Amino acid sequence: MLFTITTTHSPATDLCYLLHKHPAKLQAVELSQGVAHIFYPHADDDKCTVALLLDIDPVGLVRKSGEGGPDAFTLGHYVNDRPYVSSSFMSVAIAKAFSTAMNGKCEKRPELVDIVMPFDITLSVLPAAKGGELLIRRLFEPLGYSVAVERYALDEHFPEWGPSKYFTVNLKANLKLKDLLTHVYVLIPVLDNEKHYWVSQHEVEKLLTKGEGWLKDHPAREQIIRRYLRNIGGLAKNALVRLTEDEPVGPVAPEEDHAQDIARETLHDKRLKVVLDELVASGSNTVVDLGCGEGKLLKMLLRERQFSVILGVDVSHRILERAAERLRLDEMPPKQKERITLAQGALTYRDKRLAGFDAAAIVEVIEHLDVNRLKAFERVVFEFAKPKTVVLTTPNREYNELFETLDAGTMRHSDHRFEWDRNEFETWASNVAVRNKYRVTFKPVGDVHERVGAPTQMAIFKADQYE
Amino acid sequence: METVSKELKIPALSLVTLIGVSGSGKSTFARKHFKETEIVSSDRCRAIVSDDENNQTATDDAFELLHYIAAKRLKNGLLTVVDATNVQPESRASLVRLARAYHCIPVAIVLDVPERICEARNDLRPDRNFGGHVIYQQRSQLRRSLRHLKDEGFRHIYVLKSVEEIEAISNIARERLYNDRQEVHGPFDIIGDVHGCFDELIELLTKLGYVVTRVAVQHRNYGFHVVAPVGRTAVFLGDLVDRGPNSPDVLRLVMSMVHAGTAFCVPGNHDLKLQKYLSGKNVQVKHGLEKTVEQLAREDDRFRSDVRDFLYDLVSHYVFDGGRLVVAHAGLKEDMQGRGSGAVRTFCLYGETTGEIDEFGLPVRYNWASEYRGKAMVVYGHTPVPDAQWLNRTIDIDTGCVFGGRLTALRYPEEELISVQAGQVYETPARPIDFELRQQMLTHQQADDDLLDIEDVTGKRIIATRLRNNVTVKEENSIAALEVMSRFAINPKWLIYLPPTMSPSETCALEDYLEHPVEALDYFRRQGVERVVCEEKHMGSRAVLIIGKNEEAIRSRFGIEQESIGVCYTRTGRNFFSDASLEQEFLQRVSTALTTAGFWEALDTDWVCLDAELMPWSVKAQALLKDQYAAVGAAATASLSSVVDVLTQTAVRDIEGIDRLLLKFQQKQQMIDDYKTSYRQYCWPVNAVADLSLAPFHILATEGAVHTDKSHEWHMNTIQSICDADPGLFLATAHKIVNVFDEEQVNDVIAWWANLTGQGGEGMVVKPYDFLSFGKHGLVQPAVKCRGKEYLRIIYGPEYTEVENLRRLKNRSVSSKRSLAMREFALGIEALERFVRKDPLRKVHECVFGVLALESEEIDPRL
Repeated sequence: MLFTITTTHSPATDLCYLLHKHPAKLQAVELSQGVAHIFYPHADDDKCTVALLLDIDPVGLVRKSGEGGPDAFTLGHYVNDRPYVSSSFMSVAIAKAFSTAMNGKCEKRPELVDIVMPFDITLSVLPAAKGGELLIRRLFEPLGYSVAVERYALDEHFPEWGPSKYFTVNLKANLKLKDLLTHVYVLIPVLDNEKHYWVSQHEVEKLLTKGEGWLKDHPAREQIIRRYLRNIGGLAKNALVRLTEDEPVGPVAPEEDHAQDIARETLHDKRLKVVLDELVASGSNTVVDLGCGEGKLLKMLLRERQFSVILGVDVSHRILERAAERLRLDEMPPKQKERITLAQGALTYRDKRLAGFDAAAIVEVIEHLDVNRLKAFERVVFEFAKPKTVVLTTPNREYNELFETLDAGTMRHSDHRFEWDRNEFETWASNVAVRNKYRVTFKPVGDVHERVGAPTQMAIFKADQYE
Repeated sequence: METVSKELKIPALSLVTLIGVSGSGKSTFARKHFKETEIVSSDRCRAIVSDDENNQTATDDAFELLHYIAAKRLKNGLLTVVDATNVQPESRASLVRLARAYHCIPVAIVLDVPERICEARNDLRPDRNFGGHVIYQQRSQLRRSLRHLKDEGFRHIYVLKSVEEIEAISNIARERLYNDRQEVHGPFDIIGDVHGCFDELIELLTKLGYVVTRVAVQHRNYGFHVVAPVGRTAVFLGDLVDRGPNSPDVLRLVMSMVHAGTAFCVPGNHDLKLQKYLSGKNVQVKHGLEKTVEQLAREDDRFRSDVRDFLYDLVSHYVFDGGRLVVAHAGLKEDMQGRGSGAVRTFCLYGETTGEIDEFGLPVRYNWASEYRGKAMVVYGHTPVPDAQWLNRTIDIDTGCVFGGRLTALRYPEEELISVQAGQVYETPARPIDFELRQQMLTHQQADDDLLDIEDVTGKRIIATRLRNNVTVKEENSIAALEVMSRFAINPKWLIYLPPTMSPSETCALEDYLEHPVEALDYFRRQGVERVVCEEKHMGSRAVLIIGKNEEAIRSRFGIEQESIGVCYTRTGRNFFSDASLEQEFLQRVSTALTTAGFWEALDTDWVCLDAELMPWSVKAQALLKDQYAAVGAAATASLSSVVDVLTQTAVRDIEGIDRLLLKFQQKQQMIDDYKTSYRQYCWPVNAVADLSLAPFHILATEGAVHTDKSHEWHMNTIQSICDADPGLFLATAHKIVNVFDEEQVNDVIAWWANLTGQGGEGMVVKPYDFLSFGKHGLVQPAVKCRGKEYLRIIYGPEYTEVENLRRLKNRSVSSKRSLAMREFALGIEALERFVRKDPLRKVHECVFGVLALESEEIDPRL
């Protein structure tokens, strides 16, 4: 909400020329939702401070962005931190208020542009949820700033609520004003992982222009690009390619602190491959993927000519839409499209559409059901849908101790209602098999550790009458 | 030649196939005797698919359409006439198949008109330019067909051999089916499988109030004279004979009652087999038939032939009482009721089987009743069960008398079961009768309710409610609800209610307020509601509680085993607590308070559904508070303090405009402080039940009652007595009863509201004095909220009170919110009413699911 720049360059009032703003006046620039005020709290030869103050209209803000946004109909939307933080709005304000300075222009005193000056800047307050202080330092220190931060409690009345994600950030460095401005301009939205009021191809251009001369060599380059462009893979890669020109470029790597996510991803791929192998080996022609998610397994099934009828079922309509996009269902040739159907369904409701399949895949689904709903799930799948083969996977809790980033006693996903050890899973699955006239075998998925087993456990059920 | 006018008779639900060559006058005949909508014509179908009714290349499409239309009509129970030449056997065969598929009777009416007349008629029509050979060919096909029509499956065949004969038909009378006795309204005493248990039958009839006297045999009284209780009629569900000790007397008594008009009887599979035996057909004399054969051997030929004829004449099933009651030996699916076909008769006799054989060597029965969704009550027998139990408005009352069980009758419409114990075990059943009982402690309905069907909740749904007729749930909303319901909601057996949203009062006319009691009271005044109850609105989270007197109460009434003595869930059906031990302690304490208060005895119940507010807000909304409310406060406080510092510093420099800016940001600072004060009041740490505070405001339902017929004063007073039993946990809700036309009372309640909200209260809720209140425009809003000025900061944002902001925010409309509140209210109450009258769970769930689906409608959440 507030950005101040102080210099002790001599004479300090040179700052006023550089910024092209009169030191004795209160000035303003219009923003889409409010105004930014520019004024000098201090202006003499020894020290000069300029302040850029955002005055965001909170009512207008939610009105404008509220139209059609995904959270427009949640209450939280209307109690919003945006008017009080330095977010993308601040970057917009910097670009508007100090455009000439940022572009390295100064009509009256062009020689000032390239002078390195001592600067002391303060930003109130920066939201930095994920990386916190570490990220702030990682972004600014390589650019030569000495960094001081102050973090605030969520609410001093409730110390048990812990710290907030808000920081007042103070940076000191000797550099050119235009560099300072572009650094701040680019890095503010990088820190703020929340809503940016932009992201388009146009942003790639802006990023490249503003990042010229420093971004290419910044050690956190990829992270900056990705977070600036808000994890839009396509745009981020596009920017990276153009930035590095003829250097070879791999995929934009995920954040370092998400190494565990990568491990999870590969485990997931491995799991799907094992499940696919089982489905192929079962000799099935028709298969239903219960809890198909975005359709990774469906895509693999489509590649096997053996499967003539493929049904993907998920409870989330949004995810099914994404699956349809990923599979390019709309553009699929008719013969191929004939083989696959997506349908919304919940595994706790009996559903005629699920009946009559040779095989069902139920990959990492049951742990998302409350334990007392498993009985309904069992009946839906084994009593009514009755596929000849069921391939079902779930995490093996014993293996959790090998995940370094997982605290003891916590589960792998916040939506998991339970995670079973091998004994619990095998007992449950065996009972299901007996009750429903199936035979069941178990296989580990992933690297098997001698004491705790594999990360994923898999049960393969075969209906008795088809044995 | 003079032709006498003549009437044709056809069954009321038939597929009438007109047969005749081109130009034989079929269309004219059809138009003369049938309604336009009853006629499906091939020419017309040709025109629909090709714009040309003579386009022979469109024939395939046209007939596909014709069959489609005919099928839809038959499915809906409507007589249908097919106007096509139908001279070829294959075209007729497909129509017979169609009729059978819908259990309708195929009727053939042949118009056999001389060729020259047909040709002459065709010549007059310029669009029909096909040659005479076509007519000739059609006629010869028709001629060849005539004597095969019966074999083809037509049950009524009329051949009209000349133009005169055709014209002489004055009327086509529609005769209802034998099974259609909708005009008989009962009351009935429906009696299950007797199987020769004569003594028990006499005992049961006596218990039901029938007076049975032995008299001299005369005509067809078979030696019995029976006087029924006034207006009542007995209905026998078949299987009168076999296995038991005295089938002949059972037959005599039933035949006597049927002939005298005091009873109806439908046939059972055993009766049919006996009839076949008596007709000299080759049947296996076992499964108890051997006993009947032996007993009948002592009777004379005359009696045996009477029995044979009586059984032969029995109608497979009856539809009584305007379609509200169906009786059949083995039950009947909805799409077969009131229809006639071999398949219907077979179903009535044997029910539905899967073709498999179970471990006792008996056919595995398919439980058609668990899928039954029909409106008519179906009463049946056939399968012996330990207890007669309802399942989806069907009931099997064969309680295995001959196997040593009981002989049971269902009194209709009272739905009362009356039984007598068997005198002895006459035969041992192949499958032990308490077989299922040993496995299952739940009732059939509860066991069936274990699993809901997705078809009962998805797609566009129209739900009939008592309070507001039909409530429509759009498909996109049920899509959203399915995800929420299946991922987050608790066991659907608990969910007998979800609370409706509540509308705020209209926007306040006073300058400084968004909401004020004036508008809330004014709403009720306009509706003509004189008395209202104003209740303090607590700021916590909405909670619905189901509490049982003990676990047994929950098991027997909710069919939930080994979960808990109750549950506490949120307005979206999620478990309120994430800490299971805290939850159990809380529920136990509520149950104990109800016991202490003498609640169970006072309301004659062992469970209750309460609507309540549970404090503190922070117990449920912790994440929202931390991520949103406290976060905004923290950011704003830190930033604004820097801003005010910098502006204060700048102010000494005497720059034009800075003072104004400083003032503005100081005001922002004040608003943020107020905002923080506001939300902090609703937060405190919860480590034990002692930290919770529960304020119930509605006693929604107890066994046999939904308490919407009481006033809110009753609810408040009854709740007060519960609160008194445990004041440490319960919080009584302050309230005032106000006459909205009395100025003094109105001013008094406004002052009360100002005081409440001035101390940080959320505000108040204004309800009509009676729970259900009907005003000038129908059902009145069940509640209107009126929130305090400071509380609204956490809804509209910290700075909402700033003059310019408030001006813009005042531009809001409550009408969609009100409409939503009303629809959700109607659905919520409907859910409770259905649960209380023991409807199947899917009927309850449909309403609850509807509330959740409506909640996904896009409406300003700040209202």
